[in-house]
Amino acid sequence: MIKKEMIAMLLAGGQGSRLGVLTSAVAKPAVGFGGKYSIIDFPLSNCINSGVDTVGVLTQYQPLRLNTHIGIGIPWDLDRNVGGVSILPPYEKSTNAEWYTGTANAIFQNLRFMEYYNPEYVLVLGGDHIYKMDYEEMLNYHKKNNADITLATIQVPWEEASRFGVVITDDKMRISEFEEKPKNPRSNLASMGIYIFTWKVLKEALLALQDQEGCDFGKHIIPYCHNRGDRVFAYEFKGYWKDVGTLGSYWAANMELIDMVPVFDLYDEFWKIYTKSDIIRPQYIADNAVVHRAIIGEGTEVYGEVHNSVIGAGVTIEEGAVVKDSIIMKNSVIGAGTYLEKAIIAENVVIGANCRIGVGEEVPNELQPKIYGDGLVTVGEDTVIPEGVVVGKNTVISGGTCADDYINGILPGGGSLIKAGDRR
Amino acid sequence: MKAIGIILAGGNSARMRELSNKRAIAAMPVAGSYRSIDFALSNMTNSGIRKVAVLTQYNSRSLHEHLSSSKWWDFGRKQGGLYTFAPTMTTDNSFWYRGTLDAIYQNADFLRECHEPYVIIASGDGVYKLDYNKVLNSHIESGADITIVVRNADDKEDISRFGAVSVDGSGRVVAFEEKSSRTASRLISTGVYVIRRRLLLELCEAAIQNDQYDFVRGVLIQYADTKKIMTYMMDTYWSNIASVESYYKTNMDFLKKDVRDFFFKVHPDVYSKVDDLPPAKYNPNAVVKNSLVASGTIVNGCVENSIIFKKVYVGDNCIIKNSIILNDVHIGDNTYIENCIVEAHGSIQAGQHIVGSPDDIKIVVERKDDRYI
Repeated sequence: MIKKEMIAMLLAGGQGSRLGVLTSAVAKPAVGFGGKYSIIDFPLSNCINSGVDTVGVLTQYQPLRLNTHIGIGIPWDLDRNVGGVSILPPYEKSTNAEWYTGTANAIFQNLRFMEYYNPEYVLVLGGDHIYKMDYEEMLNYHKKNNADITLATIQVPWEEASRFGVVITDDKMRISEFEEKPKNPRSNLASMGIYIFTWKVLKEALLALQDQEGCDFGKHIIPYCHNRGDRVFAYEFKGYWKDVGTLGSYWAANMELIDMVPVFDLYDEFWKIYTKSDIIRPQYIADNAVVHRAIIGEGTEVYGEVHNSVIGAGVTIEEGAVVKDSIIMKNSVIGAGTYLEKAIIAENVVIGANCRIGVGEEVPNELQPKIYGDGLVTVGEDTVIPEGVVVGKNTVISGGTCADDYINGILPGGGSLIKAGDRR
Repeated sequence: MKAIGIILAGGNSARMRELSNKRAIAAMPVAGSYRSIDFALSNMTNSGIRKVAVLTQYNSRSLHEHLSSSKWWDFGRKQGGLYTFAPTMTTDNSFWYRGTLDAIYQNADFLRECHEPYVIIASGDGVYKLDYNKVLNSHIESGADITIVVRNADDKEDISRFGAVSVDGSGRVVAFEEKSSRTASRLISTGVYVIRRRLLLELCEAAIQNDQYDFVRGVLIQYADTKKIMTYMMDTYWSNIASVESYYKTNMDFLKKDVRDFFFKVHPDVYSKVDDLPPAKYNPNAVVKNSLVASGTIVNGCVENSIIFKKVYVGDNCIIKNSIILNDVHIGDNTYIENCIVEAHGSIQAGQHIVGSPDDIKIVVERKDDRYI
């Protein structure tokens, strides 16, 4: 008989549109992080490290890279005879066919997947945060409280509390009230979007609200359960938890990793983060290279200078190139003599020689100032930048650009250069 | 596939000095991220061979650990797979493997039960990339009984530890001399052979009857005149790591761009067990020149012309020159290391001055537990 005490459902279908071109061709959980990882590696590694060996990954937006990344789950030891990792895209049913319309709707559409494993508890996770968390500890807390639902929460600075959904609890941590993005927050305990449900409670609620349009955990399921008197508890998580939902926060979280003693320790032997590594060769630092405060992934070759940066695997930084305060993802090439400052360069980008990128005054981005800010240059995957161009701050470049796209060889600060469909 | 693979990985060599105390030669770490046997295993899988037996004997714990899962080389299959055969006691045999041929003979049942017509025999201490199919095709085309993969030794290379082959105009072996310095031939055997499976079984049985236990002596030298032994010329990079000097040189060769590109950038890849280590980290005072650095390493000091393996910690104000630092070594602050090979899982105390010479590479073996005192 098949029986799993707790299975996990990992919501990985969101676009993460505030990451701009970084998610134009991949879902946010597949975006690279920290030199060799993808964002989804953190919740997946947490699962296996917590003893959760059955994980359904719900995909919808641009799933191809996630599919190849996850495969049959080998890197996380999630290749199992019973359980392991399953990718769950929306599918056509005999009566209807619909996309996942909300977080809870997505889980509802996979009711039979969960039933197959006959679980006692279901852990619902997002795929877009950087953290290490022992879900088993949270489950023990859930059991101890005889709870129906437990929400993982974290104390956030009071001034930021109005950006989150916060919970108000009694002295036993049972939740009495929820406030979604309150103007005047009465609590700074923010929900992390991580829930443990007692399976019966979840199933009942999903069935009861199956006709709810865009059925969402935060908006519908949890209020529904709370209103009917279910025991809903807050579990306070005290570790590192980082939202990387905007380019600014994504950049900052990467930069924290190069601190002398980073707050988030990737070198921890007891809570390893696993990822699919298709590049395993060592990195090469050449004779004239300078590497000063950086983390660098496998197989990267540095002939130029790297300062204060996070460099992914298989990257080439050619002679005379200077990379400062930047993130460069897998297999990208920075041409000889190019100067790069405060840039986020996605996978497989080729930047020609003698460019000056991320220079000049800060001007707000003309198209999407809310997305492309913080003085960053963001370059989407597979982009080609011709040699000798100058690119200002708060800019975005995507696609196979050529010299003609840069008027007088310049993309001024605040400019956007997106050549959709012009992939290599 | 028409062939199965056998990798001879049981050997030890006094030429490896202290380095062999810890592990079989085939398990020696190479080029920062690999083990020696990864090259033969990757060649096997990249040549489409699905069934590979690794014969181990000497100090095999570390090697078995490396091979504990076969998935990294894509051998986790229903059809075929990766087998490690260490010597066992049976009712009629209680010997260790008395030689390479005996090692094969003691696993004759494995050979008998295969259906593939050919066997590719390789050793676990060669660093090279080779498509064994090409050797096999040449073997079949030439109608050879045995094909030996050979290469021309470099002018300065000391070939006294290799088998030297003399051939006629057609590439047929006319003489095979083992580990001899007298020979005029600069053509050396790489220890890769192709032979028909049934013939191998036959020759094994005959040799064992005559108390011959070594493949080179019992087969190659024995039958050099009577069997058709052909050569296959290999002209790409090949190195055997089974002496401290060549082990050091082989690693240092990876600092050359052409060698690095050949192994790292030309299809197909070399595979190894994945260790899930974080990216290498360079702290503010790190200075690194012309070096290979593997993942999980943290550099605070200065590293020059060196190979830093996985999970190494280089302390403040250290200077490491022309050296190889094997896996999981902790180097205390203000240490100077030059022309050394630092054995894995060691802890070098702060402030040490350890210097070898280019002609006499120093092997440094330190215990690890000091770190935890």
